[in-house]
Amino acid sequence: MGNVLIIAQIQDGEVKKATNSTVTFATEVASHIGGTYSILALGDDLSGQSEALAALGAQKVFLAQADGLDNALAERWAPIIEKVVVDGAFQMVVSPASSTGKDVLPRLAARLGAGMASEVVQVAFNDGKLNYTRPMYAGNVNGTVVIDTPIEILTIRPTEFEAFSPTGASPVEKIDVPQAPEILGKIEFLGFEKAESTRPDLAEAGVVVSGGRGLKSGENFKLIEDLADLLGGAVGATRAAVDAGYIHNDFQVGQTGKIVAPDLYFAVGLSGALQHVAGMKSSKVIVAINKDEEAPIFQVSDYGVVADLFKALPELLEEIKKVAK
Amino acid sequence: MKILVTMKRVADPDNANKVKISGDATQVTSEGLEWKPNPFDEYGVEAALRILEDGVGSGKLRGEVVVVTIGPEEVTQQIRQCLAMGADRGILVSGDDDKLDAMIVARTMAKLVEKEQPDLVIMGKQAVDGDSNQASQMLAEILGWPQATFAGHVEAPEDLSSLTVTREVDGGAAKVKVAFPAVLSVDLRIVTPTGVNNNVATGKDYQEGPRYASLRGIMKAKKKPIDKLTLDDLGVDQTLQVRTVSFTQPAARSAGVILETVQELVQKLQDEAKVL
Ligand SMILES: Cc1cc2nc3c(=O)[nH]c(=O)nc-3n(C[C@H](O)[C@H](O)[C@H](O)COP(=O)(O)OP(=O)(O)OC[C@H]3O[C@@H](n4cnc5c(N)ncnc54)[C@H](O)[C@@H]3O)c2cc1C
Repeated sequence: MGNVLIIAQIQDGEVKKATNSTVTFATEVASHIGGTYSILALGDDLSGQSEALAALGAQKVFLAQADGLDNALAERWAPIIEKVVVDGAFQMVVSPASSTGKDVLPRLAARLGAGMASEVVQVAFNDGKLNYTRPMYAGNVNGTVVIDTPIEILTIRPTEFEAFSPTGASPVEKIDVPQAPEILGKIEFLGFEKAESTRPDLAEAGVVVSGGRGLKSGENFKLIEDLADLLGGAVGATRAAVDAGYIHNDFQVGQTGKIVAPDLYFAVGLSGALQHVAGMKSSKVIVAINKDEEAPIFQVSDYGVVADLFKALPELLEEIKKVAK
Repeated sequence: MKILVTMKRVADPDNANKVKISGDATQVTSEGLEWKPNPFDEYGVEAALRILEDGVGSGKLRGEVVVVTIGPEEVTQQIRQCLAMGADRGILVSGDDDKLDAMIVARTMAKLVEKEQPDLVIMGKQAVDGDSNQASQMLAEILGWPQATFAGHVEAPEDLSSLTVTREVDGGAAKVKVAFPAVLSVDLRIVTPTGVNNNVATGKDYQEGPRYASLRGIMKAKKKPIDKLTLDDLGVDQTLQVRTVSFTQPAARSAGVILETVQELVQKLQDEAKVL
């Protein structure tokens, strides 16, 4: 039996769908070895999220509320999570592979002397142990790992687990947050600069339209945005497009950026480098528009159009508007 | 000021789709692929040089850059590459990737920190073979140091008394100021022309990406010292916490159809894929 502690992902005051996917992962763990799951959320004031968290079928929802917790400093979060783990005798801590999960959980693992697996996409049970499958080499190899410590720490890839549908209401407990540790004297949070977007969250969108270096400028990226807006989708980009300053880095899709798996992915003016493909190859339908018929993106796309994007995109917009009518 | 930069060698990342899995599924082999410094670690070396340089590309450092690695004897080649960029010396701890996990790497680095007493440790945010993104955060905890991970931009005051770090995080950028000693993990944007500002090398921007070694740099690197150590020399606890039991090749996506017109595309998306 294993009791799992889930670290909730909250962004812009919203419990992210990635949290629901993590719940699904926890239910899969329970199906193998029994046990229950609880949820821990950390923030300045979680009164607005408490209800949504309580609807996730957990044994218990823990709220850690104190000034500054929204800043998610690993130095501050790790000892709080540690306390909940120790007090509740949890055997597993799991978080979505968000930037906060990636930042905080290894620090927690080192505090607890616990082994950790990152970006898990599948869990199975073999020879008395949980086996975790995780992509390596930019998704070109799957490694299956086991963890040999009494407490196991994991981040999971939310796109690989269905979002759990809310049910019932769990008891909510506000925990006593331990004092800020001394190390906070060595790191000061100066501020957060939001990547403004009026579109759906890249990680959750049903449609993603991504542009690459072929767009040639930030102004031209409007073509990508127009298509995304027409379809109610999110905008993505390659590293080359981000590095060239066409778009904010928060929109980079790939091995070292965001992992997306929408129903429909448009890859426009991007070559399909394996680092990019690693972040979008689980999309249901992939469309590529590229003027070079040899571009590797055509190897992974369901539909390809060999064309100049500056001609094809406006045409595509018109055509979609026509059928939408 | 002394900066320790960690570096792992990886099979050519631009050809990661050519790695193979051994018949018994216990090994990833990369025969025929060139070994390279993990790109994020190479960016770490570039960041260290930019922090310490007294002028853009001057090569004159206001401190020392030490490149440390765990790996087989042959990694001296990738260490020399970093030394040719301008790092001062190297440390090679012999070790076998199969017998390491992130925590052993972090423990090893902690021992090296004890020995070398750097002010700053810079690590790539992830090695692009294992893709774990754990070691720097674990090291920071073991040392009791602050961590500034996923740094896309750093700024240091002229006297190098602290570091202001812009971290690339979900939804935007988080800015933190860290006091030394600290651990920094670097992201891609750190090697854009304005990724590092040390308030000395002003007026000019760096080139995009990590610097190429000059011929002179390569010659000088041959004479720079590389210390060789073992995990036992350092007294590292080598108990594995995470074991890989098997490797498999994920199912590949197959190429679809090439369409002649945008009209045809819209029709397929509507009638066949049913996504419009
Ligand atoms: C450590 C590391 C991590 C990385 N992580 C990522 C990552 O997470 N995500 C990522 O995306 N990349 C990543 N990269 C970069 C990756 O290797 C590629 O360099 C990058 O994806 C290329 O971007 P691109 O396809 O936009 O540009 P290019 O490769 O230059 O491709 C541009 C494409 O546009 C096409 N084109 C040009 N003009 C037109 C036109 N008018 N009409 C139609 N098509 C046109 C060209 O035919 C070409 O195929 C990483 C690299 C490294 C080293």
